[in-house]
Amino acid sequence: MNIQSKVENRGIVRGGETLKEHRDRLMEATKRTRHYAGLQQTELRDSDPIKYNKLFSRLRAGVVDARETAKKIAASPIVEQEGELCFTLYNAAGDSILTSTGIIIHVGTMGAAIKYMIENGWEDNPGIRDKDIFCNNDSLIGNVHPCDIHTIVPIFHEGELIGWVGGVTHVIDTGSVGPGSMSTGQVQRFGDGYSITCRKIGENDTLFRDWLHESQRMVRTTRYWMLDERTRVAGCHMIRDLVQEVIADEGIESYWKFAYEAVEHGRVGLQARIKAMTIPGKYRQVGFVDVPYAHEDVRVPSDFAKVDTIMHTPSEITIRGDGTWRLDFEGSSRWGWHTYNAHQVSFTSGIWVMMTQSLIPTEMINDGAAYGTEFRLPKGTWMNPDDRRVAFSYSWHFLVSSWTALWRGLSRAYFGRGYLEEVNVGNANTSNWLQGGGFNQYDEIHAVNSFECAANGVGASAHMDGISHAAAVWNPEGDMGDMEIWELAEPLVYLGRQIKASSGGAGKYRGGCGFESLRMVWNAKDWTMFFMGNGHISSDWGLMGGYPAASGYRFEAHDTRLKEIIAEGGAIPHGGDTDPENPTWEAMLPDARIKRDKQAITTEAMFKDYDLYLNYMRGGPGFGDPLDREPQKVADDVNGGYLLPRFAESVYGVILAQAGDGMQGVDQAATEAKRKAIRKARLEESVPTRQWMESEREKILAKDAGTHVQQMFAASFKLGPRFEQQFRSFWNLPADWKLMEADLPIPSYGREYSMDISELPDVKTVQFVEE
Amino acid sequence: MAYTKTKIKDLVDGKIDRDTLHTMLSTPKDKERFQTYIEILQEQVEWDDPIILPLGPKLYIVQRKSDRKWMIRSQAGHDFCEWDQNWKLHARIRVRETAEKMEELYPRLMAPSPDWQVIREYFCPISGDLLDVEAPTPWYPVIHDFEPDIDTFYKDWLGMAVPERA
Repeated sequence: MNIQSKVENRGIVRGGETLKEHRDRLMEATKRTRHYAGLQQTELRDSDPIKYNKLFSRLRAGVVDARETAKKIAASPIVEQEGELCFTLYNAAGDSILTSTGIIIHVGTMGAAIKYMIENGWEDNPGIRDKDIFCNNDSLIGNVHPCDIHTIVPIFHEGELIGWVGGVTHVIDTGSVGPGSMSTGQVQRFGDGYSITCRKIGENDTLFRDWLHESQRMVRTTRYWMLDERTRVAGCHMIRDLVQEVIADEGIESYWKFAYEAVEHGRVGLQARIKAMTIPGKYRQVGFVDVPYAHEDVRVPSDFAKVDTIMHTPSEITIRGDGTWRLDFEGSSRWGWHTYNAHQVSFTSGIWVMMTQSLIPTEMINDGAAYGTEFRLPKGTWMNPDDRRVAFSYSWHFLVSSWTALWRGLSRAYFGRGYLEEVNVGNANTSNWLQGGGFNQYDEIHAVNSFECAANGVGASAHMDGISHAAAVWNPEGDMGDMEIWELAEPLVYLGRQIKASSGGAGKYRGGCGFESLRMVWNAKDWTMFFMGNGHISSDWGLMGGYPAASGYRFEAHDTRLKEIIAEGGAIPHGGDTDPENPTWEAMLPDARIKRDKQAITTEAMFKDYDLYLNYMRGGPGFGDPLDREPQKVADDVNGGYLLPRFAESVYGVILAQAGDGMQGVDQAATEAKRKAIRKARLEESVPTRQWMESEREKILAKDAGTHVQQMFAASFKLGPRFEQQFRSFWNLPADWKLMEADLPIPSYGREYSMDISELPDVKTVQFVEE
Repeated sequence: MAYTKTKIKDLVDGKIDRDTLHTMLSTPKDKERFQTYIEILQEQVEWDDPIILPLGPKLYIVQRKSDRKWMIRSQAGHDFCEWDQNWKLHARIRVRETAEKMEELYPRLMAPSPDWQVIREYFCPISGDLLDVEAPTPWYPVIHDFEPDIDTFYKDWLGMAVPERA
């Protein structure tokens, strides 16, 4: 690369370009040559591969080390226990070179912030100097949700900018309308809490006092906030020091080349992996999740948001013969009046998080993969909103549920090639999120956000069951955290923790089961909590005959009289209430006010000491026909508490038999007969698909479906004309059949009028995808 | 690295040992896996029309010996349609769209609400094997989930001859 080109006004980038000139030149060369930064040859990597790999290994190890060291500074269990942090090294143009372990979705999001600074002239005002510190959490320019706080530090060498380092932690609270980092009560961004746009918060490695005073009072959990910030700053400075040491040892020329060649390496590497693991062709899938806001326990400020809706994301993956690929999300839902919207960068960047676990399981995770992928996210959709009012605080509600469909698509490829070890049916809907706040056991204003669901059930594979209560695929940590630590962080005592029976989807290989924790409020004052998860819809389908994971529900109990029951030595709920169809806790709490229903999203409800809250973590989906499951495994599931006994027969066709010591075995002959009977019943109860289509078509013609279903289709038709055309063609609908949101008996604010931040004065947005 | 046919069969049968599984997951892929895999699957089916691509544990694209047409075939031997069509349109379907039917699969409260989501089961008309499950909203078109480019896959990616297609 020519780095010596002369410019009139000397910029801060090494060689004298301004940041904008530097990025423009790289992007132009990338577009022209289809190689990142025009690197048709990677000079350092080709001529001195040992040095190239030495640079990579040393920097990568250092970035991971910085994460491991810095997280010990944090007090928040989200960071210290769950590892919700990540550090990434960027080149001068803001493209990531390599990243640490952790929440690596941010490989792209912090880069988006750097690019925003570049495109909007931060170099001139407020200026970018050595030892500056910037902070960002703005979801309108690429962040996932406001609780992911970025600290960004430029790296200089001999007075010239040579790159950036970014650190991110997921904080417990952002001062949104409701307490907790992923709150539900607000329907616009203005209620999402503290929002910071690439703000300079320090100089000479020192944080400004006005920033410290302002930021600590903008959130509820001040101590956690401040220690999280020290965690991020410390990690960034460790990595900046590391880069300077590496340059001292290996020379600036080598580092400079490495900083760009690594991105091209990542791009080429993705193509090679696609060819090595998949099958060219088209893969289609779809994801849904419910937004049940018409319910009385969802209290939002705006009547137009009090509607039940469904979020919808169809996807088409095209893998070409040359190993390039395109992901098209035509037909996706419009953004909505809830907190489940996402920026295009978080949607695409998060996909790499998942791909690191099958398609590109290497340490070389950087922006090369993004340059190797064509994304099409229609403007105005929930993952590419065209309005600056949209809220983001729990963008994960549909991110995980729409990404899980991509797993199914890729798993068809892995299965077809015989790489059964890579097949993963999908991930669990990552919920429930226990959140709330008030005054805690230490008499301080507090907010809670339990991260137990970093250990949901995993989807099945094509050769084994999904792992139970183990992981959340978007987040490579896989840890439910210690109960004792959560009890220190939350005024909530654990009465029990147990496997959530029948939460994993059935199959030849079943989905991993989730788990549940029963929490009792203790030593809290003026306390609230709410639920956040899927309820009416299971967002995680099975694959090749496997069934979806179970969906969610809520259980909360108030006025329990547990204080008196405990004093009297009576029985109290610990666990055991394994079957919500046959509950047992109600009888133990005869006077309590109990809510046990499908309303799995709520807003702040008042809780007091001795009230109960069930935190149910979802399971993963299944693979293959359940009738092909080895019968003894079904008995083992019942014995282990993973399956409620009645489903052994109804789902798996397994007739259990007493095996002694209270354990269940299998009646082989009866099982064989039962399975034969089920297969016969399947044929008797089914009809040819085309026959069913005729009856379903009649329902469509008669508009026979819930308003929420009709709204979903109408909104997708408006933003996705090709989706509508395919729908009409599939059902052979007459031209006069129309489905318009305006005709539905619910409000649809945002349907016609929207305004993006690009329309604000002096703002240049950065477009990362085809729209 | 390459694996023996026995090890690949163990994987297909769900009996792979953990050490080999770890190696499979953590080292570069064995390009020859596909041929070994197809051989194993071919030995497991009761018909001898060549398997071209597996689509599921009991579903395949095959080259029909009688007329060299590529067909989508179930393990039990039912030919649904030609290889590039949506086989589900030629299957038998059962739709779970009531709470009662959902609760045969899930405990009450852990089942999807049928006015939001239905469960569509696609069966082989011969055996009653469950070959696929869809869980969309009501009205959703049947998804044509996979259209493989087999010519490119065989010829350019694996260096294999593309089987004759009538």
